[in-house]
Amino acid sequence: MTRHAVTAASRQVSTAMMACALLASLYSMRSSAADDIVIGLLCDRSGPTQTNGAIMCDAARDYFDLINSKGGIDGYRFRPIEIDAEYKVPLGIEAYERWKTEGVVSIMLYGTSHVQSLQQRMAEDEIPGTSPGFGTAASSDGTRFPYLFPIAATFYSQAAAGVQFAGEKIGGLKGKRIAFLYFDNPTGREPMPMLEALSKLEGFELKTFSVPPPGIEMSAQVLDITLRFKPDFLLTNLFGRAASVGVKALVRVGYPLNKAVALAWGATEADFNAAGGMTVGEGYYAMMFHGVGADYSALDDVREMYKAEGKKLPKAFGTVLYNRWIFHAAIQVEAARVAARLRKGAKITSQDMRHGFEGISAAAVKKLGGLAPPLHITEEDHEGGGWIQIYQITGGKYVKATEYFSAFPDVKADVIRQRR
Amino acid sequence: MVLPSLQSRYSIMALTAVVLAVSFVADEYQLSIVNLIFIAIVGAIGLNILVGNTGQVSIGHGAFMSVGAYTAANLIVRLHSPFWLAIPAGGAMAAVIGGVVGIPSLRIRGIYLVISTLAAQLIIEWTINHVHAISGGTQASINVPRPTVFGFELKTQQQFYCFLAPFVALAIVAALNLGRTRIGRAFIAIRDQDIAAEIMGINITRYKLTAFMISSFYAGVSGVLYTYFLGVANYEQFQIGVSIDYLAMVIIGGLGSVRGSVLGAIFVTVLPMVVRQLLEGLGSLLSVSTKLGQYIPQMRLTIFGALIIIFLIVEPDGLNRLWLNVRGRLRWWGHAQ
Repeated sequence: MTRHAVTAASRQVSTAMMACALLASLYSMRSSAADDIVIGLLCDRSGPTQTNGAIMCDAARDYFDLINSKGGIDGYRFRPIEIDAEYKVPLGIEAYERWKTEGVVSIMLYGTSHVQSLQQRMAEDEIPGTSPGFGTAASSDGTRFPYLFPIAATFYSQAAAGVQFAGEKIGGLKGKRIAFLYFDNPTGREPMPMLEALSKLEGFELKTFSVPPPGIEMSAQVLDITLRFKPDFLLTNLFGRAASVGVKALVRVGYPLNKAVALAWGATEADFNAAGGMTVGEGYYAMMFHGVGADYSALDDVREMYKAEGKKLPKAFGTVLYNRWIFHAAIQVEAARVAARLRKGAKITSQDMRHGFEGISAAAVKKLGGLAPPLHITEEDHEGGGWIQIYQITGGKYVKATEYFSAFPDVKADVIRQRR
Repeated sequence: MVLPSLQSRYSIMALTAVVLAVSFVADEYQLSIVNLIFIAIVGAIGLNILVGNTGQVSIGHGAFMSVGAYTAANLIVRLHSPFWLAIPAGGAMAAVIGGVVGIPSLRIRGIYLVISTLAAQLIIEWTINHVHAISGGTQASINVPRPTVFGFELKTQQQFYCFLAPFVALAIVAALNLGRTRIGRAFIAIRDQDIAAEIMGINITRYKLTAFMISSFYAGVSGVLYTYFLGVANYEQFQIGVSIDYLAMVIIGGLGSVRGSVLGAIFVTVLPMVVRQLLEGLGSLLSVSTKLGQYIPQMRLTIFGALIIIFLIVEPDGLNRLWLNVRGRLRWWGHAQ
């Protein structure tokens, strides 16, 4: 080997070492105060659900920024660590393990497949995860899933609320016909056992209509519903592109939208806008497990924060998905508040956060105004009652049609017990 | 003698030492990534036998993984099968289904075969989704308890690492040896010119179906390992996107080579994570991290795509050829040129 080659090699090695050192220093810069409450924020800013993810993650970050700007809670500050998982399982696993190295105490989940693939690890590591409005309905049973919190309303609660609401609108359920139009994947089918149980119990005829993925064609199903089955009321569980296609298809065949209610993921502004504008959905009922609109004190505070920083409000401010993750983040903060009371200044652990969630009461969430339902989460009930409120699209806006209510809690408990 | 040359003996010993050392040196986070790579390697080797060696392109690999996963999950939950039964059973079931799916390959080839494997992917997905006896209910997911080895329950990433490593070693050794057997040679003959192969006396029907079955066996085993690793068999983990990821692994890694499958599995699994971390590191250096979060994903996908294109332009034969080139250069490095 010549001397020249040796110098060249050593130069290359030293360059590589410098690069490594730079990377290592970047890595170490990310750590911060030890007492921070680290929240894992699973985001989908890319991948099939990115349109939702971008709005929701910004909302959660805004809320944590807001709480931190007020000095945190009892001296604790929040450090949300956002990781984009593209709705892919391996990236979700990597995200989870990385949060663990950062000392995560609670995880804001997104996506049923992530809930499924992380639940065993979360239980073993005793780290709680929250899945508002999605995930598995069975996880509302806290004795069986101690570290999963499907706060607000599982698909069972949404189905139950839809049936009860239908009954009120059409004057009783006995002998009536109810149709269920759903996206044909596990998430879309999740309400089914609940609907079947209620159909037997309440004596209405249930007929289900599946929309196969990717869900961009459903005129046959909608025609079948409108012309052949002629239901008294229609429940839809569509999401993504299918939600807007569903609205358009129903309008096209002349189905009266005021006899249809969409479950929680099928009637956001984005869905109506993709169908041609909010007014296309005139009359449609939309199920929510949180408040819609910008008229809440928490959102006023966010607005003030943006003003103080001289920044423009995000475009999605006050929309359904924005409020949804403001609510989701607020639940983390409320749980941390309970945990902080327990710890009195010591470091809050993931166990404390679990007890924090289980200590959330209606009184605690009251200060959020109507943004949050009157949740009462206990060790047994990780859903907090299964609260829903229904809005109707009127004049291109969401207008409240009901207050928060919880439907058929006993039937829900029975169905969950049977499926064990 | 198993390993005739001194060099191969030393490299195997060195490799074993590295694998052992990693289990002690690496932390749980790093091991979790290695474990994901391990599972991907098993699947990628299987697909490469079919696509690279035999020349039958398939985009139904994810579905075969799901067949293995659900077979094992049902065995584990209903019959309390131990892992040493569940893993081969999952592989065997996937092999059977793979054999059936391979039947069209006897008549059609090229892009038409791709479409028929796509159909298989969708049919298997649909079946698992709708037959509750297989899928365990509307959610199409079956929770599986952690595997126990000699009465010892595997929980941590380190334990899983030690559990998965022997399977990866077995998969690699089996694939390398397969290439040297009559079956392996027949696969290559079929890939290069199937009519000529038939004239030489190779039974095309038998070997094409065998290729599908062996490939699906690997996929099934990989699916079972994934199920054990995640603690759940869930159909969303085996959708069409996963099939395409695996195809990307073997193409980027290098068709028809075991080393290529390994390199491809590492590349496709780790690249998105590395790009993200680099961008985040860069962001914190420029102290604009708050808003950067919104741009990283877009940049990440762009960079990921660009890197794949660059790699394929630099070396169309994949990472394996790149490796051989570098090795060749290093051998001569410092000597007169």
